[in-house]
Amino acid sequence: MSKEGKEPMFSAKNMQSFTNPFNKNNPVLVQILGICSALAVTVQVKPAFVMALSVTAVCALSNVILSALRKTIPDRIRIIVQLVVIAAMVILVDQFLKAYVYDISKQLSVYVGLIITNCILMGRIEAFALSNKPWPSFLDGVGNGLGYGVVLVVIGIIRELFGSGTLGGIKIIPDAFYEAGYVNNGLMLFPPMALIIVGVIIWVQRSKNKDLQEK
Amino acid sequence: MNVIRKILNDLKPTFSEGGKFPWLHSTFDAFETFFFVPNTVTKKGTHIKDCNDIKRVMIIMVIALLPALLFGMWNIGYQRVGGADYSIWANWWHGFLQTLPVILTSYIVGLGIEFASAQIKHEEVNEGFLVSGLLIPMIVPVGTPIWMVALATAFAVIFCKEVFGGSGMNIFNPALTARMFIFFSYTASISGEAVWYSDHKLNAHTGATPLTQLSDTGMTDVSMLDAFIGNIPGCIGETSTLCILLGAIILLWTGVASWRIMASVFAGGLFMGLLFNVFAPANPETATQIYMTLPAWQHLLLGGFAFGAVFMATDPVTAAQTNTGKWIVGFLIGLLAVLIRVVNPGYPEGMMLAIFFMNGCAPLVDHFVVEANIKRRKKRLVTVK
Repeated sequence: MSKEGKEPMFSAKNMQSFTNPFNKNNPVLVQILGICSALAVTVQVKPAFVMALSVTAVCALSNVILSALRKTIPDRIRIIVQLVVIAAMVILVDQFLKAYVYDISKQLSVYVGLIITNCILMGRIEAFALSNKPWPSFLDGVGNGLGYGVVLVVIGIIRELFGSGTLGGIKIIPDAFYEAGYVNNGLMLFPPMALIIVGVIIWVQRSKNKDLQEK
Repeated sequence: MNVIRKILNDLKPTFSEGGKFPWLHSTFDAFETFFFVPNTVTKKGTHIKDCNDIKRVMIIMVIALLPALLFGMWNIGYQRVGGADYSIWANWWHGFLQTLPVILTSYIVGLGIEFASAQIKHEEVNEGFLVSGLLIPMIVPVGTPIWMVALATAFAVIFCKEVFGGSGMNIFNPALTARMFIFFSYTASISGEAVWYSDHKLNAHTGATPLTQLSDTGMTDVSMLDAFIGNIPGCIGETSTLCILLGAIILLWTGVASWRIMASVFAGGLFMGLLFNVFAPANPETATQIYMTLPAWQHLLLGGFAFGAVFMATDPVTAAQTNTGKWIVGFLIGLLAVLIRVVNPGYPEGMMLAIFFMNGCAPLVDHFVVEANIKRRKKRLVTVK
């Protein structure tokens, strides 16, 4: 490890693997991964937020572990090793949530367990952790987890605000609106609307980043 | 005519590149081609010149919708306030005043977005909205708040049309998308009993549409003659099967809509209705079982079935393109509509969902029809060898 430590901790390259997922290489918006959970857990902001943190934790931890083990894992069975590590991390996170935020863990129901199948995790391990050192892998895992989380929370905010008129369970839209004839949009509570919102976010992002546009 | 031509010619430089309002070029273009068939031809390949361009086709659609619309206005007045106590004219006038804001909203919002996006994309304004803008008011309950109609129209035009590339590129029918948006977003304002009457209703009716009654109890107190003429509660356009048939005649006579789709939708509905009749239990008990015994032909008169069959399913863009595909898609629309009506108590009216679903399936059906044709011809080729 002493030889590997020569690169400064926050070199430009390391920082890039942390910041890229927020924009040019966002797991949801650009790699189109993790869409399933982005539709399932974003009816309200709170579960979306917890889900974001869970994925970040699992992604960072499994990235680090597998990056540390990368030279000892035989290539042919690497997928099953990755699965074992991810599954262990997911169980940890699941138990943690059950212990400390039981209500939200109830709300998230199977979707915490389904983090195992979240393509972002395996995608990052395959694409990054298996060919990089633990520290950059950690940054990459945190970056991707948070990049995914930001999108989740944004969708959650839009859906909860227009679908239930609340944010994080607190009433935002005043009663006067409802008296004037405003009605909460029921479509926002359905997953299809989340897909449309993802589409709109991608639309906005691509129109700002010209180099992301496909010809 | 010459006067209009002269005015347009005078105005043209103002809206062209380098003029005062180049950003309104698309708008100007839209009005110019509205008055005069454009004389531009394609640069290469064959150019078939026909006065019947899309604008003219759309106008015929609008004309075909007028009988149902005008009757619907009278019916709104009749159902909601006047009843038999008012004159025809008074009832119609009331319905007209109720309907006008909805029509205006849908046109202003929809065309506003169309014109803006045409200008941004440097394209001609698409004329498809002429029809969608009239269809939307005709398939929502008249009491729907204006802002909901505006929101739904904007949603439909942007997400159902513009993102796919404008008129002619959409997968789903925009007017249906607007209704779908209101239906799932603001369920309370589009279904149930409260929306069909205003406070001072005179009729002794329960206020439910025949379909809601059927869905609740399996029976309706509406006579089939009323259902045919249209003197029943419902959306503006959908109630009068008679007026819809008038529109259908116009569409078929001018060749604008496909007779294959219309015929097969009715056939599909009839088939499913008969199927229910056959399989209905001898002593029906639950509402669904009683509903199953409803004579099949009555399904075609109630709710939006006829309207959907004539004006929605035949949409040339979203329907199947092959002739065989048209039969299949149409038949399935009718079949699904009746199936949803009877079996799913959550959706008293299945026509919207059926057409929407088959809109999505139409390209697939077309694909298989074309593949089957290729296969058949290949087989013939081998035997000749």
